[in-house]
Amino acid sequence: MKIGLPANSTDVNSPISDNFGRALYYMIYDVESEETRFEKNTAAMSQGGAGIKAAQLVVDSEAKIVITPQLGENAFNVLNSAKIEIYKSEKGSLMDNVRLYKDGQLQLLANIHKGRH
Amino acid sequence: MKIAVLSGKGGTGKTFVASNIAAIAGKSVYLDCDIEEPNGHLFLKGPVIKETDVNLPMPKIDHDLCDGCRKCVDFCAFNALAMISEKITVFEKICHSCGGCKIICPQKAITEVDRKIGKIEERIYKEVELRSGVMTPGEQSGTKIIDMLIDSVKDEQNTVIIDCPPGSACTVMDSIEDADYCILVAEPTTFGAHNLKMVHKLVQIFDKPHGIILNKSDGSHNPSKQYCLDNSIPILLEIPWRRDISDFIADGKLAVEMDPELNKMFKSLLDHVKEEVQP
Repeated sequence: MKIGLPANSTDVNSPISDNFGRALYYMIYDVESEETRFEKNTAAMSQGGAGIKAAQLVVDSEAKIVITPQLGENAFNVLNSAKIEIYKSEKGSLMDNVRLYKDGQLQLLANIHKGRH
Repeated sequence: MKIAVLSGKGGTGKTFVASNIAAIAGKSVYLDCDIEEPNGHLFLKGPVIKETDVNLPMPKIDHDLCDGCRKCVDFCAFNALAMISEKITVFEKICHSCGGCKIICPQKAITEVDRKIGKIEERIYKEVELRSGVMTPGEQSGTKIIDMLIDSVKDEQNTVIIDCPPGSACTVMDSIEDADYCILVAEPTTFGAHNLKMVHKLVQIFDKPHGIILNKSDGSHNPSKQYCLDNSIPILLEIPWRRDISDFIADGKLAVEMDPELNKMFKSLLDHVKEEVQP
């Protein structure tokens, strides 16, 4: 099973990105093999609809879990339709959040925002 | 003749100026292009005599024909399409109705259906025909509503007053495109002067004859006036800050019908603009 996290650098010890749709990369972590790869977010510089395209990218990576500090309405709709579980991240690095998830320390994301313009 | 009334900042008095000009212009058409909050009808009162829906074409996917090639998803510059669980989903409020996905689909699985984004309400007040654009709350793009309003006066012989949305974005550009003259309304604040600069730049880009109305002038330091003086922009009118004027507005009354002095001011303003447009 794979986990997707928004990232602004390709270093697993860098902080999780505070924005989902416009993060520069997504870290895709495979729970079984413990392998990590980074996908470039081609939506990061989109004028509009970044959340949709970004969520599509994560759906296509076959992640079943997303860990993010926040999420816009459109991205939420895409991830939700793809039956991806969304958890709220805690302060810390990408890898810290993977560990917290594995330890069952993360909560499901309760709030989504209406998007920013 | 078409006169657009605009301002960078909201609340400077666009509708106040536009509705009062329309009221003394004889036979005229008032276009309320402030589609997020049209309020010209609070002054130019009358029952709605006609209502027209404004629709945008939206892609509709025939899931039986779609083979999941994703060409439409990759094509959409606005990211309005997503492929989830082997099914295309349309994000209607993100869609700009360009129709590209329909053209590009090799399976001809995309057709277009209308989606209502707002309406145009028509009213009559004395000699003024009022057309108000109303965007449905929650919609993100209302330029189609403004385009329809502007189209409706293409061959209009009477004076047209265009009450623009605030700011200097696409909706304002659409509103002033066909205007013969632009009146910029500014208030005496630093914020007001800052946004005045932005619309002033805009009317220069569009190469429109223009002048400024300094509204709510209280005689103290006026950054907007200073901007006009520094840049040699004609000041058409300086409307004093008066309690009774704000009372007229709060009561939904037209200043030109309540106060002979203001009536004279607005009449000479309109004469001046007419002279500039048709020398």
